[in-house]
Amino acid sequence: MNSIQPVILWTDALIFALLLAVLVLVWLIRRQEHLLAPWRVVAQRPMAMGAALVLGAFVVIGLLDSLHYRAQLTDSPADAPQYSVEVLSVFDALTSELRSRQEKTYSAPLAMQLYAKEFVERDGATVRDYPRLQYGGAHLQRADERLSDITRRTLVGATQGGLASLLLFGLLAGWQVRRTRLAVGAWLAAWRQGSLNWPGRTVVLMVALLLMLGGALAQLASGYHVFGTDKVGQDVLYISLKSIRTGLVIGTLTTLVTLPLAIGFGITAGYFRGWVDDIIQYLYTVLNSIPGVLLIAAAVLIVQVYIESNPDIFDTAAARADIRLLALCLIMGVTSWTGLARLLRGESLKLRTLDYVEAARAFGVSNVRIISRHIFPNLFHLVLIAIVLDFSGLVLAEAVLSYIGVGVDPAMYSWGNMINGARLELAREPVVWWQLGAAFAFMFTLVLAANLFADGVRDAFDPRLGGRR
Amino acid sequence: MVRIGAILLGTGLLGLGLLAGCPDNSNNPYPGSKADANVLYSAFSERPKHLDPARSYSANEAEFTGQIYEPPLQYHFLKRPYTLVPLTAEAVPRPRYFDAAGKALPDDAPAASIAESAYEIRIRPGIRYQPHPAFARDAAGRYRYHSLAAADIAKNTRIQDFEHSGTRELVAADYVYQIKRLANPRLSSPIFGLMSEHIVGLKALGEALEKAAKADPDAALKLDDFPLDGAEVVDRHTYRIRIKGKYPQFIYWLAMPFFAPVPWEAEAFYAQPGMADRNLTLDWQPVGTGPYYLAENDPNRRMVLKKNPHFHGEAHPAEGSEEDRRAGLLADAGKLLPFVDEAVYSLEKETIPYWSKFLQGYYDSSGISSDSFDQAVQFTSGGDPQLTDSMREQDIHLITAVSASIWYVGFNMLDPVVGGLGEDRQKLRQALSIAFDYDEFISIFLNGRGIPAQGPIPPGLFGYVEGVAGLNPYVYEARDGQIQRRPIETARKLLAEAGYPNGRNAKTGEPLVLYFDTMASGPDAKSRLDWMKKQLDKLNVQLVVRGTDYNRFQDKIRKGNAQLFEWGWNADYPDPENFLFLLYGPHKKVASGGENAANYDSTEFNSLFERMKDMDNGPARQQVIDAMLEIVRRDAPWIFAYYPKSFGLRHGWVHNVKPNLMANNTLKYRRIDPDLRASRRAEWNRPVLWPIILLVAALVAVIAPAVIGWRRHEGKTA
Amino acid sequence: MLAYILRRLLYAIPILIGVNLLTFTLFFVVNTPDDMARLQLGAKHVTPEAIDRWKVEHGYDKPLMLNAAATGSAQFTDTIFFKHSAAMFVFEFGKGDDGRNIGNEIRTRMGPSLAIALPVFVIGLLVNVSFALLMVFFRATYLDLWGVVLCVVLMSISGLFYIIAGQYFIAKLWNLLPISGFAGGIDGIRFILLPVLVGVVAGIGSGSRWYRTIFLEEIGKDYVRTARAKGLSEGRVLFRHVLKNGMIPILTGAVVVLPLLFMGSLITESFFGIPGLGSYTIDAIQAQDFAVVRAMVFLGSFLYIVGLILTDISYSWVDPRVRLQ
Repeated sequence: MNSIQPVILWTDALIFALLLAVLVLVWLIRRQEHLLAPWRVVAQRPMAMGAALVLGAFVVIGLLDSLHYRAQLTDSPADAPQYSVEVLSVFDALTSELRSRQEKTYSAPLAMQLYAKEFVERDGATVRDYPRLQYGGAHLQRADERLSDITRRTLVGATQGGLASLLLFGLLAGWQVRRTRLAVGAWLAAWRQGSLNWPGRTVVLMVALLLMLGGALAQLASGYHVFGTDKVGQDVLYISLKSIRTGLVIGTLTTLVTLPLAIGFGITAGYFRGWVDDIIQYLYTVLNSIPGVLLIAAAVLIVQVYIESNPDIFDTAAARADIRLLALCLIMGVTSWTGLARLLRGESLKLRTLDYVEAARAFGVSNVRIISRHIFPNLFHLVLIAIVLDFSGLVLAEAVLSYIGVGVDPAMYSWGNMINGARLELAREPVVWWQLGAAFAFMFTLVLAANLFADGVRDAFDPRLGGRR
Repeated sequence: MVRIGAILLGTGLLGLGLLAGCPDNSNNPYPGSKADANVLYSAFSERPKHLDPARSYSANEAEFTGQIYEPPLQYHFLKRPYTLVPLTAEAVPRPRYFDAAGKALPDDAPAASIAESAYEIRIRPGIRYQPHPAFARDAAGRYRYHSLAAADIAKNTRIQDFEHSGTRELVAADYVYQIKRLANPRLSSPIFGLMSEHIVGLKALGEALEKAAKADPDAALKLDDFPLDGAEVVDRHTYRIRIKGKYPQFIYWLAMPFFAPVPWEAEAFYAQPGMADRNLTLDWQPVGTGPYYLAENDPNRRMVLKKNPHFHGEAHPAEGSEEDRRAGLLADAGKLLPFVDEAVYSLEKETIPYWSKFLQGYYDSSGISSDSFDQAVQFTSGGDPQLTDSMREQDIHLITAVSASIWYVGFNMLDPVVGGLGEDRQKLRQALSIAFDYDEFISIFLNGRGIPAQGPIPPGLFGYVEGVAGLNPYVYEARDGQIQRRPIETARKLLAEAGYPNGRNAKTGEPLVLYFDTMASGPDAKSRLDWMKKQLDKLNVQLVVRGTDYNRFQDKIRKGNAQLFEWGWNADYPDPENFLFLLYGPHKKVASGGENAANYDSTEFNSLFERMKDMDNGPARQQVIDAMLEIVRRDAPWIFAYYPKSFGLRHGWVHNVKPNLMANNTLKYRRIDPDLRASRRAEWNRPVLWPIILLVAALVAVIAPAVIGWRRHEGKTA
Repeated sequence: MLAYILRRLLYAIPILIGVNLLTFTLFFVVNTPDDMARLQLGAKHVTPEAIDRWKVEHGYDKPLMLNAAATGSAQFTDTIFFKHSAAMFVFEFGKGDDGRNIGNEIRTRMGPSLAIALPVFVIGLLVNVSFALLMVFFRATYLDLWGVVLCVVLMSISGLFYIIAGQYFIAKLWNLLPISGFAGGIDGIRFILLPVLVGVVAGIGSGSRWYRTIFLEEIGKDYVRTARAKGLSEGRVLFRHVLKNGMIPILTGAVVVLPLLFMGSLITESFFGIPGLGSYTIDAIQAQDFAVVRAMVFLGSFLYIVGLILTDISYSWVDPRVRLQ
């Protein structure tokens, strides 16, 4: 076994910092009943929980894809190990089959032949025909076996997934039965009727669905290119899965940049008023009034110049793409904090006139303490709602920015780049639709799940809308 | 709610009615124009930056300037190899040579003894400019529009808004005037630097003009007040250009718009204050003698060329090969040009609309983008491209030509890893040249629209050797009379000999990491970069691709910071000198700022180049060129990637199309059959109406239950 | 009132100066005058002298912010920043790097931009309000639930897909409308239909959902209950009261974007070949035409500020309690 050299890209570090922060937050929330209550409401919504599970699956892939390393070169001496310039991730290692099985060029989903005709030698004569793929469907002898093979693999995969979920369900039932001290039958009945105090039915069905889908995909992917291949013959399923991380990074890290700015500026402006308020208002009017795309374009170009002038720091293609992604998050964060800051400013203005805040001030409690004890906790739900609502918008924005050419690095896997490439493919005949289709499907699933989850969170946290659906 | 439903239904039906009742097809992008008018429809993908003949240099601008401006010479439409013929000149001028003492020398005098060459050009009398307000005179003979008040200009936002126009005969002084304009610092002509080294006194003129421009930044420069030694008017219709030493390639420049005539009246007219604010400048509103003039200039939407009523007339060429005759290119021989009354160019930035409109018959001809290619063209068993059945059904014709250009991957010869002329470095570069399988590149990314390059000189130019005899022996080999890329094992062996066995430095054991700079962007970029990496994986060499924007890329090349980079060159004129000078040492990018981006500098090559450039085409020149090719192939400062092939398509109603990669004034030969086009368009664009009907039905189906529910609800509460 | 507007406009000046300074610094870090010159002069036969000449010609030969060589106020005025920014405050945008007059260009491109953006805005508003009302009317039924789900689904689709699908089906497959292009006057309608349709459909999801919450909030208020108690039918309540009062936040919220409609839409315009300000901006970004980008930033921020003022005015207009001071 070769040794590896771990590589921590900037975004990796931030992602895991974020993960840690979320875990700490969860731990804090669990200890306080009044904070936990709205989350219980969220947990009781089938739609939100289903969406959360889908999001969870995406997040797991994204996290696996954030553990980067450089593999040791095969013939490097043991005392002075040398490493490849290619930066891989744990996810790459898990899906190394998908990654390495490159065809020559386009092939349709689940195909066994290339999309375009080529000259092939057949029985000593050169004819122009569709050549067989090197990997996709290579195990098949004849073309007419394909359909039955696909069906078989789908069924096998789905069954495996189904069995796995049954097993999980059994474990769950056992645990629940012991905890609730119900009879097994009674618990099962309650589960079936949906009368548990959490949406057990949805969760179990969703998990089963995900597992079955995953199983079928895995089975098919071991013999075919499930979503076809792209222009240079790379598996589109692999590209789409790799793009998940990019989407998640943009959606979460941007918020990470936004939050301190929005919370800091918003609350100080509203709480202190006067000249502080004036300056902050000036700042965000200026930022707001510049068309965002132009600001982002300028910032991305600056980063490029920086990368070019410091080639030593960014010695791998991954590092270069990564710093550009980070810069994109930064600049999108810098341009998008204004909305939330404005909201928080308005709310703080109201809160500071409340009796108990005035009283605290009269008693000489320090401003920092008032803000952290009385103001911020009362604004927390607004912040949370803003985070979940912004997420989907940011994922969609990435696609548009990449289209204009100021998005992520062209060498990076992202749905925006996939859509951008699909522009030319649609003019082909027969149409090469699978790259666009895959990007659409993955993006749509993620954004839909995020939107549904955001809805649940908002309904649970926003008292104005509470229970009116 | 009922009303909303009714409104929806109503608009749906109205829309249907409108579509059905349209006088032309509802998807016609030229509303109001007649399909049977003698108008050619084409597109441009990038708005032209300059239409001033002193500034315009790019191909997309030449599309317009070529039709409007007439330099003294042009390329023959049909003859190959490319041949210069007179356009406004009486004859193609022959240079006369003089020694340092001003004594005339014979034509075969050695280049070293020639101090000056003189070209005397006699233009045909009676040629007149297009109608233009700059020429308009009142009854007293004064120019009407040369001293306008600002208020008068404010009324006129377009050239057509001026009521009067006039014309004038073309004189030799107009040509001289334009040569002086090349030195005008305010125009920053792209060829001034190059020409000032060749034309006698041009550099001095440039300096004088610059001084004058600095002294009074707001005043217009009166070029007539500044003399130019190297260009003089001999008589009304004759002028003479003097060139330093011998420069046989100069004659080709005389076929480019840089040497077209510009009337002083036009400059005086546009120089009036207020003109530039309305975009009325010579850079945007050309004034020429050509077969067409620019009637509508809206680079955001469309450009329209119309027939010049004063055109001097020219006959369709009668000489051509047998092949041309069979292709019907000689059918119009002797008929008066131009054939088409009007040419409409629409702005079309995206490929999909461009291609769709061509298939719908709304563009008369089209280049084929790589991605629509499978639809259009298939290869016969012999490897010849042929149109697919669906294309042939539509009576679409294929035009192919190898462009006079080359794409290459340059090695920066100053780089410590890949550069240098030592034998190990040669082998390293040769190994990489074999590894980058451009044959595959051509088939994946260009759909076969390219020829693997064997050296710097593309086909169609003197010096190129056809077939196996011209192969690059360091990258290719002949097998069964076919040119085949050498196997990757050869590359591995070369790499080992270069000191990198299996991609590792033999001394330190470090892996070989190379850096590739590219300005590739756009939808295709990622696949291309992936492909690049894949190529070197074969040698176990690691490639780091660095994509940058144009400015950063240029900067790197200029400073010599790049290692491997992608670049191309498009011929200015059909002479091998125009390609070989890209490798000439004194033209190095670093230090001298020339065009030799690889910074290749081989004394042997340099001295051969100096000999070759002044020679006339013939076996002696071929011999020198062969020797030069051998040197660059061995040294391999470039990976010779490919010569792009341009494929074009035209509809059956377009005639007289023959690709001519040197000439840019071919619009005048084009003939179309408007009636055929009108009927085809109508046939191809029948609207499909069922989706609309289905949509309306679906809307009704969704809304009807709602309306019923509403009614019931209302009945209950009220 | 007039005094208020004047004062607000005066407040705008420091903001516009800030915007200018910011964009100026950002873009000059990236694009030195040398870069600009090289981009404009093309790739062939470019000499350092030619670059110097270009810089003099386009006024980029001066120091960026502070001219140490000059004296007095000329230290600040004889700089690139001043020369290229001060004139903008009187809407003199000067020439783009390609030599075309920017002011002229903006004037001619505003029309096409509005021709797309205005119908999208108006029709979009109508459609979204109708859809939202429909959902509110059937609130707490399956129709409402599926309406909301439909909205979320529509929201989750990237705008690019709407454009690609619209062009592919309507223009390419069914030959119903031109795939791209633009013309003025009555002939232009056929070009506008498709982008407007795409624009409206792309906005339905988020718009209707937003308006639905506004109407729901309104419907819970006391006066609605009173009206119902008076025996008004649900339809009347909805149209007379809820719609009327709900439109106030909707319209005042819309006012802020009204001036920005002039700027057009970046993506739609470049996909459909509309010669508007949106595609102008994209072209300028891609060509790195600094002069144009700066002008567009200035125009955009100016229109934004106008939007803010209009919002304030419209608030005071619909709600007399709000006084402008």
